[in-house]
Amino acid sequence: MKKDKLIISKKKFNSRLIVGTGKYRNMQECAKAIKLSGAEIVTVAVRRVNIIDKKKPLLMDYIDPKKITYLPNTAGCFNSKDALRTLRLAREIGGWNLVKLEVLGDKKNLFPEMIETLKSTEILTKEGFKVMVYCTDDPLMAKRLENSGACAIMPLAAPIGSGLGILNEINIKIIRSQTKLPLIIDAGLGQASDATIAMELGCDGVLVNTAIAKAKKPFQMALAFKNAVVAGRQSYLSGRIKKTLMGNPSSPKKGII
Amino acid sequence: MKKKIKIKLNGRSKTINENSTLLNIIKNFKVPLKKVAIELNQEIVDKKKLKYINLKQNDKIEIVHFIGGG
Repeated sequence: MKKDKLIISKKKFNSRLIVGTGKYRNMQECAKAIKLSGAEIVTVAVRRVNIIDKKKPLLMDYIDPKKITYLPNTAGCFNSKDALRTLRLAREIGGWNLVKLEVLGDKKNLFPEMIETLKSTEILTKEGFKVMVYCTDDPLMAKRLENSGACAIMPLAAPIGSGLGILNEINIKIIRSQTKLPLIIDAGLGQASDATIAMELGCDGVLVNTAIAKAKKPFQMALAFKNAVVAGRQSYLSGRIKKTLMGNPSSPKKGII
Repeated sequence: MKKKIKIKLNGRSKTINENSTLLNIIKNFKVPLKKVAIELNQEIVDKKKLKYINLKQNDKIEIVHFIGGG
C-alpha cells in the first residue's frame, strides 16, 4: 500500500481524501479538522478582502499553502464568465494552476451547469490550468470533459451539502470503467461509510466538506473519513468475493460429527 | 487642496486624491499583497506594476483572497 498514491496532474499525494475549508465555526476548528483528516489538498474559495475589518483572520495564517495544496474553486459561479474570472484571479494570488471548476446551474439543487462547465474546461485548459471538474454523474458528460482536457473528473454523489451519499453507484462504476483520469467523488457525502463505498467503486479519492464541518464532532468525523477512505481503497484493491444468491458455509463439511 | 476622485473598492464607494496610485490604495488599506489578487476594471493587475498605475474617476478595484470553501 505504500506506493499507492493519488496522482493528479503528475503531482503525488499520500492521502486520497480532499477536504473543503468552508462551514467551520472558526479557523482553528477548520485547521485542526484538516490535520486530523490527513488531507493534503484543501479546497478554498476566492472572495473579496474585507477592507473594513482588517483584523479578520486569514485562511493562509492557519493553513500553510506550502504544506497543504490549495485547490481554488469557483463556488458561487453560475456561468462560465464568472468562473473564468475567479480562477484567473486565483492563479494570480499565488501561481496555482491546479483548480477546481464548479459552475452551478440551479440555486436550490446546486446541480452543475454542464454546458457552461464544458466550455470553461476547454478555455482554462488552453490557458494552462489543470482543471479538476465538478460534474453530474453522467458518463457521457464525463467523457466529454475528459476530451476537453480535464485533469480529474469529479462527479457528485448527491447535491452539495445534502448528505445523501452516493445516489447512483452504477453511473459511477460506468465512469470508472471508461476513464483512466483520477475520479473523485465530490459533494453529497453524509457519513464516513459513504466514502468507503466511493472508494470501493474504484474512485481515486473523495472530496468532503459539510459532512465533516457540520458533524456534531467535526474532529472525530475528520478522523472517521480518513480511516473510511483508507479502508475503502484497501478493500477495492483486495478484490472482493463474488455475490451469490445462496449460502456457502465457512466451516468444512468434512468431519462433521 | 488636492482634487478628489471617486472610485469603487470591493463594491464600496471611496473618495481618494486624484493621481493616487493603486499601490497607495493597497497600502492605505493595509492589504497583505502576497496573499491577494487585484483587478482594475475587470482586468487583472500585475502586482509589480501597482506604483505605475494612476487611478481615474469611477475606476473599479477588486481585491480578493482565499477564504474557506468547499
